Amino acid sequence: MPITESDIEKIAALAQLELTDEERRALTPQIASIVNYVEQLNELDTSAAEPALGGLTGEGARTDAAREDAPLPSLGQTLALDQAPDPAAGHFRVPKVL
Amino acid sequence: MKEGWEAVIGLEIHAQLNTESKIFCGCSTRFGDEPNANTCPVCLGLPGALPVLNRRAVELGARAALALGLRINEESIFARKNYFYPDLPKGYQISQYDRPFSEHGELEIVTATRDAAGHAREWRPMIIRITRMHLEEDAGKNVHEGLPETDRYSYVDLNRAGTPLAEIVTEPDFRTSWEAYDYVNHVRRALQWVGASEADMEKGNLRCEANVSVRRAGEEKFGTKVELKNLNSVRFMQKAIEYEIERHIELIESGGRVTQETRLWDDRANETRVMRSKEEAHDYRYFPEPDLPPLVVTAAFIEEVTAQMPELPEARRRRFMEEYGLSFDDASQFTAERGLADYYERAARAATNARAAANWIRSELLRELEASGRGAEESPVKAEELGALVRLIDEGKISGKQGKEVLVEMFASGKSAAVIVEEQGLAQVSDAGEIEGIVDEVIAASPKQLEQYRAGKETLFGFFVGQVMKASKGKANPKLVNEVLQERLRKS
Repeated sequence: MPITESDIEKIAALAQLELTDEERRALTPQIASIVNYVEQLNELDTSAAEPALGGLTGEGARTDAAREDAPLPSLGQTLALDQAPDPAAGHFRVPKVL
Repeated sequence: MKEGWEAVIGLEIHAQLNTESKIFCGCSTRFGDEPNANTCPVCLGLPGALPVLNRRAVELGARAALALGLRINEESIFARKNYFYPDLPKGYQISQYDRPFSEHGELEIVTATRDAAGHAREWRPMIIRITRMHLEEDAGKNVHEGLPETDRYSYVDLNRAGTPLAEIVTEPDFRTSWEAYDYVNHVRRALQWVGASEADMEKGNLRCEANVSVRRAGEEKFGTKVELKNLNSVRFMQKAIEYEIERHIELIESGGRVTQETRLWDDRANETRVMRSKEEAHDYRYFPEPDLPPLVVTAAFIEEVTAQMPELPEARRRRFMEEYGLSFDDASQFTAERGLADYYERAARAATNARAAANWIRSELLRELEASGRGAEESPVKAEELGALVRLIDEGKISGKQGKEVLVEMFASGKSAAVIVEEQGLAQVSDAGEIEGIVDEVIAASPKQLEQYRAGKETLFGFFVGQVMKASKGKANPKLVNEVLQERLRKS
């Protein structure tokens, strides 16, 4: 699947990223080469293989990994906001979105 | 709806599952704590944090699915739904996509045609196909008002992020806004009934979205649909759908076209309006969540959940009709809420007269409860006490009319019927000898009326009844009084 500049534009838009023309031109062949590399997998016949969802091994996928419904201590407001770039009034503050 | 048109409506309900902690981390789901207090690396989306599934959320999800007649898939897959918004710190929501928790339900609801004022006219059963119900996490809350400089900033509270939700999606099976209304109420009650969710729209733990389109009658193709949001109550949803149907029909009839868009209900203006948002095609690029194994639900697990579930409303309604001889309307009304159903059943047993208990609850108790804004569980008159009152009447100890007064007093004082009857000396006189004595006295004291009566003025019978009741201070058993009077007055 050839990756074009318009694909890069769409991905950037979905990720809310602003790219310059220069960046877009530079990124297109780079991402294309990554996708091409992964596409080698399509050459293999995987029709008999189970998808390895949620674990690298069959055992991993079958492990019962659930927890009981018991509340644990949380970080609390101060610590939760400690590393935030622009906290205010107990909230994460961001540019207006509505 | 205007003649010659048909509406096509599908609904999505998000119900918060009633857990103590979040779906993928141990943070509390408590509402009303200070912003961002109930957060941790998992629900803040910090790098390296890993989700672990809350077993209780799965149990409650299973309850919800079973209550709605859905089939639970033995294996379902969590998936990442990718989008960027400040209330979603990871940049994706953990949801389910092509292999959801449960699918293919057929739910029987009852729905009514309504008059212009919204009063139910005639109830009928209806089957709604439920496409799927999947489990997912809620996003956080964006705050746009009430804080400084909201003209420039939005604020984010992530306490809600990671709260467990069940999303229930129907096929486009509704043709009127009232069908949608009755369906949402049915789902709300079913979820409350099995304890899966508080399902309170005002608290935001039940949210609903509607897809609405119209087409000319007989047309197979669907019209362009509009998605409705911000429906903060079932009634608002109904109004919004109704508004939208009218809007579409008017638009098309005047040569216009419906635009596919998301609209919000404005309950102050009583209208829908376009949601302001950047118009971008949503492309969620779902893929399986690599940090969670497939969710395996065994037959043994489903059995366990089923065993813990209370009898479902429809089953109970049918049983009330068969076991207690209730009408469809009474049985439906009493099984609308689990608390009321329990109340009725206890009262019926104590009364040993199930139909009479039903009459007293329907015509007297519910009115008192409604007037005091209480549910059946909080009734100051316990079910057993109401049953005892019904027995007193059945046994002829007090009259039905006195019973009504006693109930009002029971409601106000919390005293039992027997105590009130005793205190107020209400016990009805059902002793034939005593009543005969009173009747004879009354007749002896009214020779003129007796003569007129025997001469054919039969309307005077009421006069004698009144005199006897007066003489007995209202305590004489009216049925007996009638019998004795008939007999004595006839004698010459």
